[in-house]
Amino acid sequence: MPPGEPAADPAELLDPVAPGADGLRVSRVTVRFGGITAVDGASLHVRPASVTGLIGPNGAGKTTLFDVVTGLRRPETGAVLLDGDEVTRAPVHERARRGMARTFQRLEAFGSLTVRENVLVAAEIHATAGRALGRRAARARARDRADELLARTGIADYAAHRADTVPTGTARLLELARALAAEPRVLLLDEPSAGLSAPESAALAGLLRGLAGEGLAVLLVEHDMELVMGVCDTLYVLESGRIIAGGPPERVRADPRVRDAYLGPGEGAA
Amino acid sequence: MDSFLTYTVLGLVSGAGYAVAAGGLVVTYATSRIFNIGHGAVGMVMAFLFWELSAGRGLPAWAAVALVVLVVAPLCGALAERTVLRDLGEAPSDVALVVTVALMVALLGLAQTLWPPKPRPVSPFFEGHGFHLGSAFVGAHDLLTVAAGLLVAAGLSVLLRFTRTGAAMRATVHDPGLLALFGGRPAWTTSLSWAIGASLAALSGILLTPVVQLDYYGLTLLVISAYSAAMLGRLTSLPMTYLGALALGLLQSYTVGYLPTSGAFTGLRPAIPALFLFAVLVFLRSPQARLGRLRGAAGVAVASSRRAAPWAAVFVVAAAVAAAALPAEQALVVALGVVYGIVMLSMVLLNGYGGQVSLAQLTFAGVGAVVAARWASGSVLSLVAAAVVAAAVGALVALPALRLHGLYLALATLAFGQLMDKVVFQADFAFGYNGALDVRRLTVLGVRFGTEKAYLVLSAVVFALVGAGLLALRRGPYGRLVLALRDSETACATLGLNARLARVVLFAASAGIAGLAGALMGGLRQSVSASDFMVFNSLPLLLLAVACGVTSVTGAALGGAALAWLPKLQAQFPAAGGLLFLVVGVAAVALRSEPNGIAGWVFRFGRETVAARWTRLSGGPSPDAEPVDVGPVEAVGHAPR
Repeated sequence: MPPGEPAADPAELLDPVAPGADGLRVSRVTVRFGGITAVDGASLHVRPASVTGLIGPNGAGKTTLFDVVTGLRRPETGAVLLDGDEVTRAPVHERARRGMARTFQRLEAFGSLTVRENVLVAAEIHATAGRALGRRAARARARDRADELLARTGIADYAAHRADTVPTGTARLLELARALAAEPRVLLLDEPSAGLSAPESAALAGLLRGLAGEGLAVLLVEHDMELVMGVCDTLYVLESGRIIAGGPPERVRADPRVRDAYLGPGEGAA
Repeated sequence: MDSFLTYTVLGLVSGAGYAVAAGGLVVTYATSRIFNIGHGAVGMVMAFLFWELSAGRGLPAWAAVALVVLVVAPLCGALAERTVLRDLGEAPSDVALVVTVALMVALLGLAQTLWPPKPRPVSPFFEGHGFHLGSAFVGAHDLLTVAAGLLVAAGLSVLLRFTRTGAAMRATVHDPGLLALFGGRPAWTTSLSWAIGASLAALSGILLTPVVQLDYYGLTLLVISAYSAAMLGRLTSLPMTYLGALALGLLQSYTVGYLPTSGAFTGLRPAIPALFLFAVLVFLRSPQARLGRLRGAAGVAVASSRRAAPWAAVFVVAAAVAAAALPAEQALVVALGVVYGIVMLSMVLLNGYGGQVSLAQLTFAGVGAVVAARWASGSVLSLVAAAVVAAAVGALVALPALRLHGLYLALATLAFGQLMDKVVFQADFAFGYNGALDVRRLTVLGVRFGTEKAYLVLSAVVFALVGAGLLALRRGPYGRLVLALRDSETACATLGLNARLARVVLFAASAGIAGLAGALMGGLRQSVSASDFMVFNSLPLLLLAVACGVTSVTGAALGGAALAWLPKLQAQFPAAGGLLFLVVGVAAVALRSEPNGIAGWVFRFGRETVAARWTRLSGGPSPDAEPVDVGPVEAVGHAPR
């Protein structure tokens, strides 16, 4: 199936998975907080070499879904599959080592470290995880990787600044660079463009397309509709914990249910 | 069967007392998100005050209770909140923790100054009144205590759930600004909760005094009991807290009743809450990680090895000169200071770099001393073994607690220290019951360090090596990792780091350094006992380390020096408790304005004057002013708030 085809039918998500790169599958995940159902049987598929958008109003459960996918929260029911392997019960660091990385909506940069050190420490964790020998050489490679990523995300000018002193937008790009330092195959971005200027947002869009071109499966939670419509191959809409639509962005945008739920009744296209 | 009933009554009474204290903890925590480690100490001081007023000044018991519980304690609680504790709920958890530890030590110092040790018999209220329940006698005091426990639990539930004040209290913790916007008074609400907390601590202290005696430490450790109970209610549920307190009281009573009361078991009673706490920690589900705080910790510039090496040499040479110049007994004092400095280095690693607090570093030193005495005593191997065993014990302590918040770790270490003091160190394989151990002095490569003077030089060399090692560590990838872990454990995990394992390793390494110091202390003193490593002595050590600068090796050296100097000062001014008090005041104040302690001032002063002089001399910018590591240099004076 070429990228861009919808995968909204949960039954399809449970089909036997072809071996090899399959990206990320979330199957019928439900999360409850006390009496509130935050995520209600949500399913989606993030294919390799594609950018998949996840939109929805505030409180729809997007970040909760991210937490389930990365292992920070256990779902009541449902499964998370990474390249065809179930990781629903795997600890956070285990998933990361198997190729999953994310950024945070509420920033989680390492404030005591410089911007460069933030990326470097991530590259070092990745390079030396579970490795007893050759750590020195691995660290040397990590340094090169970190500098390359700072340049690629456009924050090299801030390299020597402490992360808790840089502007929010820069900190978001820093989190992106840091996540990339772990050389993920699946990348989850939680509102990466919040705090970015228009040219920075455009650069981010280019970067995301480039990452998809390299084979990454990118899942993007974003409020900036221009960015979403511009970069996504597939778009899902989450509302009150349910996926109410999924497919190519143009088709999702035309869906009357989406207009009602997300854009408000009677409003035109975003 | 007869005794069973008696033990049950006894257990319920202690349990009710714990419930009162625990209720106070829950209220303050629910409103301010500060966990007051000094909670038990407040109860202790107030129980002493009650004794002073009733037995000393002849006030009727009811009047003394009313005065202490309803007037003095609430006022003190509110005052403490206004002056030292305000806004600490938003500070990094280790800062808030250290400040409440300072409060606890200050109160201990205050009590010992005002009421020097002497027997103070305390009789229960309405002594002789009561009734028989089967074969067990239930005193009026017992009934009163149980009633107080029930009333407090019920009263607090009603307050928090059904009153406007209670709603404001619960709202304060979420968003004080928003509460103010809606006409609430968050500042007033927080003060009120501290007043209630102190009042309940006082009440429980007074009620429990006939059970635990008027004892500085026994009552101060009430915080562990209250805390274990509050933990069962996850620090929020009052009914669960109440049940937890009763369960703890009963457990303690039955254990004392049915276990042998000789030898190492003698100290078991006060250690039960510690064991209970560990059990709770092991079975408790870990809470949701705290997210969304992009705020780094303070730190100082990390010296390069090229710059650190001369200072290390100066340190060792100074020690050698001191060894040559000083008489043996003074050399012993200075050497002890250096050894305490090594213990403080263990705090630099754990607290200064890692942002975690251990309240029992001396206990790990004690483990090291026992190992050095029992195994290969006198050889370098004994030092290595001391460090390794202390690190292993540290890992065991950290494992259950580290799943949780830093606060839980600190309390677990306090409980652990208490357990070691009362039980493990008293066992035959350790110091023996009230015993002491001989430790032989070291022989290294055929050179025997047989005197105090030789030990002074040896300790200085070890300090320099450990300090240089820490700096090298801090500069390298592990240093970055430790800081990253401190800033966001969650982010580290999502990058592939087994964060829990990394934290256990950090804690174990710190315990290992403390163990090494303990082995050195053993050789220096030649004879050591459990009282040298009492957990309560760890606390002034921690506060002094923080005041002198727990973020730097220099701070540890200053702290060790201060600790060696303090006993001399103490000898000149016999008001010993007051001195402790002073230290604490400095620690608490310095911490809030200067997270890098006195060492932070020294560095800044040094950099400014040296840079200025260099500029004058060369007419150009100083190479010293060019930071090796831009971030931490900027961090000097960067208050973590």
